[in-house]
This record gives sequence, structure tokens and C-alpha cells, in this order.
Amino acid sequence: MNLVSNIQSYSINFHENATIIRANQLNIFYSGKLVVENFSLQVPKNKITALIGPSGCGKSTVIRSFNRMNDIIPGFSLQGEIKYQGKNIYSSLEDPVRIRRQIGMVFQKPNPFPKSIYENVAFGARINKYQGNLDELVEYSLIQAALWDEVKDKLKESAYALSGGQQQRLCIARAIAISPDILLMDEPASALDPIATLKIEELMWELKEKYTIVVVTHNMQQASRVSDYTAFMSLDREKIDARVGVLIEFDETTKLFTNPKLKETEDYITGRFG
Amino acid sequence: MQIQNTLSKGKEIYKDNISSRNRAEKIFNILLLFSVLFGLLMLTVLLIDIAVEGFSWVRPELFENYHSRKPENAGMKSAIAGSLIVIGLTGLFSFPIGVGAAIYLEEYAPQNKLTGFINLNINNLAGVPSIVYGMLGLVVFGRMFDLFKEGSFLVEFLKIPIESGAIGGWNFNLFGLPWLEIHLPFGRSMVAGALTMTLLILPVVIIAAREAIRAVPPSIREGGYALGTTKWHVIKSLVLPIAFPGILTGMILSLSRAIGETAPLIIMGAFTYVPFLPKSVWDQFTVIPIQIYNWITLPQTEYRVHLAAAGILVLLLILFLMNGIAIYLRKKYEIKW
Repeated sequence: MNLVSNIQSYSINFHENATIIRANQLNIFYSGKLVVENFSLQVPKNKITALIGPSGCGKSTVIRSFNRMNDIIPGFSLQGEIKYQGKNIYSSLEDPVRIRRQIGMVFQKPNPFPKSIYENVAFGARINKYQGNLDELVEYSLIQAALWDEVKDKLKESAYALSGGQQQRLCIARAIAISPDILLMDEPASALDPIATLKIEELMWELKEKYTIVVVTHNMQQASRVSDYTAFMSLDREKIDARVGVLIEFDETTKLFTNPKLKETEDYITGRFG
Repeated sequence: MQIQNTLSKGKEIYKDNISSRNRAEKIFNILLLFSVLFGLLMLTVLLIDIAVEGFSWVRPELFENYHSRKPENAGMKSAIAGSLIVIGLTGLFSFPIGVGAAIYLEEYAPQNKLTGFINLNINNLAGVPSIVYGMLGLVVFGRMFDLFKEGSFLVEFLKIPIESGAIGGWNFNLFGLPWLEIHLPFGRSMVAGALTMTLLILPVVIIAAREAIRAVPPSIREGGYALGTTKWHVIKSLVLPIAFPGILTGMILSLSRAIGETAPLIIMGAFTYVPFLPKSVWDQFTVIPIQIYNWITLPQTEYRVHLAAAGILVLLLILFLMNGIAIYLRKKYEIKW
């Protein structure tokens, strides 16, 4: 099988120092079936990079491979390399636990632990042997996640007493409590109402001062609102029955949405496809 | 053209059968209710019968005395003590082994043919008759393949000091600790009985624990992994606390089954007449079902009917208490999502 696709794609490059993750020619398989083909992307530091595209094109698969979350899925395998801090995270020398500790993740559905709000935030800190004052860390993380004012009087209450949007912000607080380098967000607002979505988006703007954010979304307005750079993924048209995801175009968000280089991108963002 | 004709008829082509469908609904309702009532009714009849025969015989003597030749003095003190200790030990043995096996099979075991074979056979083991476990327990725990019998190869080779008599074999204190007394083989002791019961209930404990572990949502595990957590830590601090109420329920229901078991303990050599309380877990013992069985085989009505019924009432009381504890603990540790 010819893994190098002939499809047209457009991508931009950054200076080495401005890049935090470099994915090089990834081929991702589930149980031997190719799902993402020849995917290369440079994720810029302290920016928000959005991954958009029609459903089933492998956005989540790609983002989950950035912190080796896919390792827990049976049948997953990956060719190519993902460089982070100069090292290939898929090298057999790398410990996935260490990588996930530095590259945090927020999931599509809010998934707080069935513990108190306080314990949810403190969980990662306790495991990773946080040396400072835990109370302060919890407060600081909740302030950063724009949740402190709403929960400061009920820290001991169950996290499930919160609304969906609050739960998602709690999950963000939980992720940033261990000070990761990168925050991966897999459709963080798709299960939320518009007001809660807006809060998450505002939060992302504030968080990018300290963290690099990669966000998967199938909401194009969201991508254009929050991200600095946008990568458009789609299905390989030459193998449409095999449903293989490929990167079509990666550019600054403003350029990609106002002046796409490729017709396929234009079709998608103008709503003619997808 | 045919299709056009059929469609153009609209509503008329349907026959109104809602009333007959409602009738079927009612008939099934009654049939289903009947199947519930059948079981309940039989149980009620049994309970009333036992209560009528035995209630006045549930009196202090039943708990204070041992079996006696005079029915009015006869009690089942040693059987109650034996049952409680054997069940306690069974819980102690089967909880860690059962939960450990369930965690391994659910979380660590590779998906291959061997695991599939093990899964299949755990379900099969749950259906093995208890008397078979009794025979297994007798050979493995009770006699230990006669390895510690006077004159056996092992005894001769290691020059093990073997005692003869009722509690024969090799007796020693592990690490020299006075409370860690070990007797090999386990003989007719409560340890041997409890280990046999452990074998008997392990498949059910494992199945229940696996189901409880499987019911923990994958999103919770992912959330844990995403914070740089090892697999064991995810299991220990996220999966097990959530699965705990389910594991506990399976555990106590299994123990309720074990407390009523007679056959394996008879095979193991539990006595029918034990006129003393056990001094240690290495003592001989009897249990409530064996005591009831013993009374039923005696010719006098007082034993055969009244004392046996009183014994059953005590056994049922213990069962209800255990199930009550199970419900209480489940409610207490239940996680509100």
C-alpha cells in the first residue's frame, strides 16, 4: 500500500524555538486499519491551534496521540514520530506517564472524578508529589479556570453537584493544577450550552498566556473565534471508502478562514461540504 | 402503480387493533404477576410453617447450651460460633483473592485465547456442585495429599516433627510469633473449612467484582491517565472506590450462600456433635446447617421438628442480618453521579 498520499495539502512551518510539538508523517492504525495518513503538523508554542474537519476524519485520534492517550486503546499503532522537547514521545525509551503529566487533556464530556471539588483539583497534585501548599494550589487553579467564585463555599461538595459547564471548567482546573506544558482539548464545549461554551472560550484565551493549547472542534465559528492557527483535516478523497483522515491545510486562522489556499478547505468553511 | 394504489388508501388500510393489543398487555401483566406470587407464596408458607413449629423453641438455651440428650436443654452454641467464625474466615480469604483475580482479568490480562479460556471456566466453576469442592478441599487442605503424614517422603527427608492424635501433623509458629500458629495439614479445622468455602464462592465473587469494575465509566479512567497517573494508581484511587459497593454486595451475597452450605463441610469432616467452643481457628467445629441436619435425623419430634425449625430461624436471622449489612454498606459507599 502506498502510504504517501498524492492529495494536495498546504502547511506552514515555524522556527524551531517557536514550536512545541512536531508531528512528522504520522500514520495511525486501529487494529491494522489505516485511519490517519501522512499527518505532519508543527504546533506553535503559547498559541491556540484548532483542529477542524468533518466527523470521522481523525481529529480526536490525532490529538489523543499527542499525549499517548491512544495507548490504552487495544489495537492502536502509530508510525512516524511526534517530537516534544526534542524527543520522539513514541520512542520506547519514553514513559507515557511522564508525557501525560506534561501534556494534559480535557475531554469532550466533562469527566470529573466522583470526589469533592477540592479532591478533583488536588488529585493530580497529590500523585505528582506537589511540595507546596495544596489549599493554595486548589484555589489558584480554580481561579485560573474561572470557577473559584462559583465554588469557593462548597469545595467539599461532590463535583457532580455542578452544572455541565462548571464540571468542564473543573476538569480544566484539574488539568492545569499539575502545571502542564500543553493542554489538549478534545471538543471541550460540544456537550455544553452556548453560555457555558462562551465561558470556556474566554477561558482558553486567558490560558494561552501560560500554556500551549490544541483544541479539536467541529464548530468552525468556535475555531475562528478562539484559535491563532487552524489545521483543517478531511477524508482522503482518493480512498473515500476507506475513510482515511489527512491534513489538508494548516495556516493562521484569519488566513485560513478568509483566504483558503485550497478549494477543499474553501468548500468546507463555506458550508458546501461537511 | 400498485404502490400508488396502496398508498392512496391512507388510513383505511389499517385495521384498528388497539383494544386487542391492550388485552394482550393485561394478560401478560397478570401472568408476570403470577410468577412473582408463586415464589413469594411458597416462601411465605415455608416461613410461617417454620415459625409456627420453631418460634417458641428460640429461647436462651438454644444459644447457651450445646446439643443435649434432653431436647429441652439442647442448644446450638458451638454451631453458631462455628458458622460465624467459618464465614468470617471465608470472607477474609475470598475478598483479597477474588478482587485481585477480578482486577487482573479486567485490567491487566491480555486479550488472548488463554484469557478467554479462563473466563469461560470461571463461569463453569460457579456451576460445580458444592460436594465436589468438599472432596477437593478434603484432599488439598484437609489431608494435603498426605504429605505431612508420619513416614511420608517429605517428613523423612526434612525430619519434620510429626504429632499424632486428633490435631496431628506438623504444628509450629510462623516466624516464631505466638499468634501465628500453623498446623499442617489443616485437617478438620475451621481454616480447612473456610478455605474450602473460599473455593466454592470464589467464582461468584470474581464474577461480581468484575462486573462492578467493568461498570466504572472509561471516561473516569481516561481522566486519571491524562493527569500522569500509572495504571495501578488509576485502579486503586479511582476504579476500586467506585466499584467497591458492587464488589461488597457480591461478596456478602456469596457469603450468604456459603453460610447455608452443608455438603462440603460434611465431606471435610466437620463434626455433628461438638460440646465445646473453638479455642482457635485450628479447632474442630460444626456449623448451623449440620446441626439442623443432625436434629432432623433424630427420631424425637422435639428435635426433628421444633429444634430443627428453631435452628432454621436462627440461620435465617443471620442471613437477613448479613443482607441488611450489605444493603447498608452499599448505600453508604454508593457514589451519586
